[in-house]
Amino acid sequence: MAKLTIDDLKKIKEKVHREMSLRDGDRRVKVTVHMGTCGIASGAKEVMDALLQEIETAGANDVIVTTSGCMGLCSREPLVTVEILNQEPIKYEYMNPNKMRQVFKRHILAGEIQTPFVLARGAEVTR
Amino acid sequence: MLELAAHILDIAENSIRAGAKIVEIEIDENDAKDLLCVKINDNGSGMTKEEMEKIHDPFYTTKKVRRVGLGIPLLNDAAQRAGGKLIIKSEKGLGTSVEATFQLSHLDRQPMGNITTTLLALVAGNSSIDFLYKHRHNDRQFIFDTRQIRKEIDDLPINHPEILKYIRGVISEGLQDIASLA
Repeated sequence: MAKLTIDDLKKIKEKVHREMSLRDGDRRVKVTVHMGTCGIASGAKEVMDALLQEIETAGANDVIVTTSGCMGLCSREPLVTVEILNQEPIKYEYMNPNKMRQVFKRHILAGEIQTPFVLARGAEVTR
Repeated sequence: MLELAAHILDIAENSIRAGAKIVEIEIDENDAKDLLCVKINDNGSGMTKEEMEKIHDPFYTTKKVRRVGLGIPLLNDAAQRAGGKLIIKSEKGLGTSVEATFQLSHLDRQPMGNITTTLLALVAGNSSIDFLYKHRHNDRQFIFDTRQIRKEIDDLPINHPEILKYIRGVISEGLQDIASLA
């Protein structure tokens, strides 16, 4: 495989610019992966990577990913919060890469909340 | 934590929480000296002398949601178990530097693990912060700088899926080039 260069980055930029003008780049979903010490120790990094790879494969440019700190529920990590625009945030507990892929395909893309993995509804408070 | 890449992610998250604008991660693998050195520098808020004294205490944290702060004690333990040590330098208002050393060939040294996913998690989750990654293996070096990427992509967000895919490729190629063994 040819090595990736800065020129490749320019090509990607041009390609993304072309596509952006075709569809509106609205942010429809925000996914928060909790990255405290507790989350990282129980596998949040792998969950995050599974999510990023799913987004890349699906070309889901309307999904933004962010990280947050510990919220005090260390025993239920890895935690992931899915916020679809104009809907209540859903917090998933004990996540792993497979569950993350399922949540991405069924909840983020198809809108079906994956009840067996849900910890709570509503936003968290991190202090 | 089972791999050094997870520790690095954890310490870098501390830097981000301290308001750092740029986080530098340096890894140095030296076969001749049998030494592995991992260093994380930031320009965050830094710590006072009083805070520095309590840093190794697992029951000290600046957070209010729980009463333990295990990130630093865990890395300290990982370094000591592998014949190394942890050195932390910090100045209030200027930033913090955390340096962990390990005997490269030590049986109890944790493996480096997947550093690519660590960097991707940092870049994707903190698109407004810059990261500089320097990895040296004997005489070969790989440098990854988000500022360089930002310069090329202008108004595109650095956490755009296509850009992250590019970053993933660049980092895995770079690590292959320097034949990192850790």
